[in-house]
Amino acid sequence: MERLKLVLQYFQSNSESISNGICIILALVSVKLYTSFDFNCPCLPQYNRLYSVGVMVVPPIILFFLGMLVNRHTGVMMDEWLRPEGNRSKNPAVVKFLCSAMLQRAMLAPMVWILVTLLDGKILICAFSVSVDPSLFSGFPNNTGWTKAVTRYVRCYSQAVGWSILLFFIVLGSLARFIKPFFDDHATFLQTRYWSNYLDVEQKMFDETCVLHARDFARKCVVQFFEEMREETAPVLNRPFFSVSTRDDWDSEDEDRLHGVTRQEQMNQLLDKWYYGKPELDVRRIAYKPRLCPGCSKKNFHSDV
Amino acid sequence: MDKFRMMFQFLQSNQESFMNGICGIMALASAQMYSVFEFSCPCMPEYNYAYSMGLLFVPPLWFFLLGFVMNNNVSVLAEEWRRPTGSRRKDPTILRYMFCSITQRSLIAPAVWFSVTLMHGKSFLCAFSTSLDIDRLGNFSVFRGISEVERIKLLARIPCDDDVYFEQHKEIRMVATRYMKCISQACGWFLLLMMTFTAFLIRGIRPCFTQAAFLKTKYWSHYIDIERKMFDETCKEHAKSFAKVCIHQYFESISGEMRSFHHNRTYGRDDDDNEREIGDEEKLLGIRAQEDMNKVLWNWHTSKPALALRKDKMDAQSNGGLNGYVNGEANGFLNGHASNVEKKEWAVYYSKV
Repeated sequence: MERLKLVLQYFQSNSESISNGICIILALVSVKLYTSFDFNCPCLPQYNRLYSVGVMVVPPIILFFLGMLVNRHTGVMMDEWLRPEGNRSKNPAVVKFLCSAMLQRAMLAPMVWILVTLLDGKILICAFSVSVDPSLFSGFPNNTGWTKAVTRYVRCYSQAVGWSILLFFIVLGSLARFIKPFFDDHATFLQTRYWSNYLDVEQKMFDETCVLHARDFARKCVVQFFEEMREETAPVLNRPFFSVSTRDDWDSEDEDRLHGVTRQEQMNQLLDKWYYGKPELDVRRIAYKPRLCPGCSKKNFHSDV
Repeated sequence: MDKFRMMFQFLQSNQESFMNGICGIMALASAQMYSVFEFSCPCMPEYNYAYSMGLLFVPPLWFFLLGFVMNNNVSVLAEEWRRPTGSRRKDPTILRYMFCSITQRSLIAPAVWFSVTLMHGKSFLCAFSTSLDIDRLGNFSVFRGISEVERIKLLARIPCDDDVYFEQHKEIRMVATRYMKCISQACGWFLLLMMTFTAFLIRGIRPCFTQAAFLKTKYWSHYIDIERKMFDETCKEHAKSFAKVCIHQYFESISGEMRSFHHNRTYGRDDDDNEREIGDEEKLLGIRAQEDMNKVLWNWHTSKPALALRKDKMDAQSNGGLNGYVNGEANGFLNGHASNVEKKEWAVYYSKV
């Protein structure tokens, strides 16, 4: 149980890990789908090849689209690509990086499907049993022996192709990893990777802040509603004793959480601006702003007394 | 048990992930239901098609409706749709967004049923065995020299494994089964491809068109859900305080004046009891009668307040307000954090000065 929690925590620690985790899960789903799929060769000359090609090509396409759908980076990339420039310049390298990362991850599950089908061999047997040269298989006393021989032959070819493809991709991947630093500017790569990760984190933070803001807005709206009703029903009662707020620091803390956005129009404007004019990547203003903290004002008061 | 609890906690962490969890569970239930269900083709020309098509379309419809029933947001949507305008405008895009998100989630379990049924192939075989062109599949002497009606009756019996006639002519059944299964699986894969592609287009192409509006509708539809929960929580807290104060007053009235006199004397001393009572009184937010509460609840539906928080009112109260009594309590019950205690202590100090 603890191990599972640790593993989950590790994967949730950053969004790249999450994407990698989802990618691996999709690859496992691909294998499971193949094993549970009941492959049913029609055994009719005109349909064999069509069926086999269909089973080999259509599921990988589905898995590819599924891989792109479940990946968060797809949304981040599309947003960054399509957004109006606003106060923040657009960096095409970041979009390209996100796109290539997304495509690489989405390609894993289809490749796994294709490899598994080739290593299993049923599909190629179904597709190519018609085109096998019978002269290779002379000397079999009965039909069963001949069928088994053809099956073994085609499966052997299929597995050879499968292993070759796997070897090819592994070699390609290793070469790419090894040669990349010679051709690519590592410094630029570091920057691109940082800013791609930043975009993802920023979007998550914005969504979380919106949720927190909505909670506070709702809370205050409800309390305000009760207050209004009280005024309507008992206008003569003037008891500040029952007022909800008399503290300055409660106000300022709440103000902090609401960030000054207290009306529907203001919120709509904020959301519009977030899309049409994203802020520049410069946080010096808020980082050095003097803050009012409850602790600070308390200290001042104590010092007076 | 521990595993279930952890998963449950994770899923409940927010509403969306809870709904996704329900959606996943329903999809699994759909697949499991199909594997448990015993498909039994009637093998009669008049009923084959109806049975198979019924089995292909009725359970998905049932799962779709079940998806709507299990989704909390349906009642939120209905409420938002039917409420009177009051001080708050109605936004049709929010209703559309909520409806679309509910529908998308409800479509997953039916899609799983369709895929599993088509991949398995039995329902296609049962439905279309009578329209099979058996001559294309092979040379079967059995079908020669019989009338059309007889031929159709014979074809209708192909899907049944226990049919005695086809025990002797196994080859026909095998050929027909393979052929129909192949077509059924092709349809299944095609359907999956179309659904995935459509979902991808919607997800991928949407940012091209309405991203700014989408941010707004997403925010306000979550807001409506959260506001509803906040109102329910506030009402619960109010009811608790109402009940406490009501009972306390009842005891006071029963035991007569002595007790209330005693209470007045200790009023200024900031007893714990006193503060608790004051806290409860404050939680009532000024609503202290049944008619008032009924009015509050009535107005919450008939005339929802405008989405505009007033800062001026709060400032006026803080100016006129008193002697640092604990109001952190009122804040506390709303967000219940620990600094409540801190504030209380400071309030006591201030009042002594």
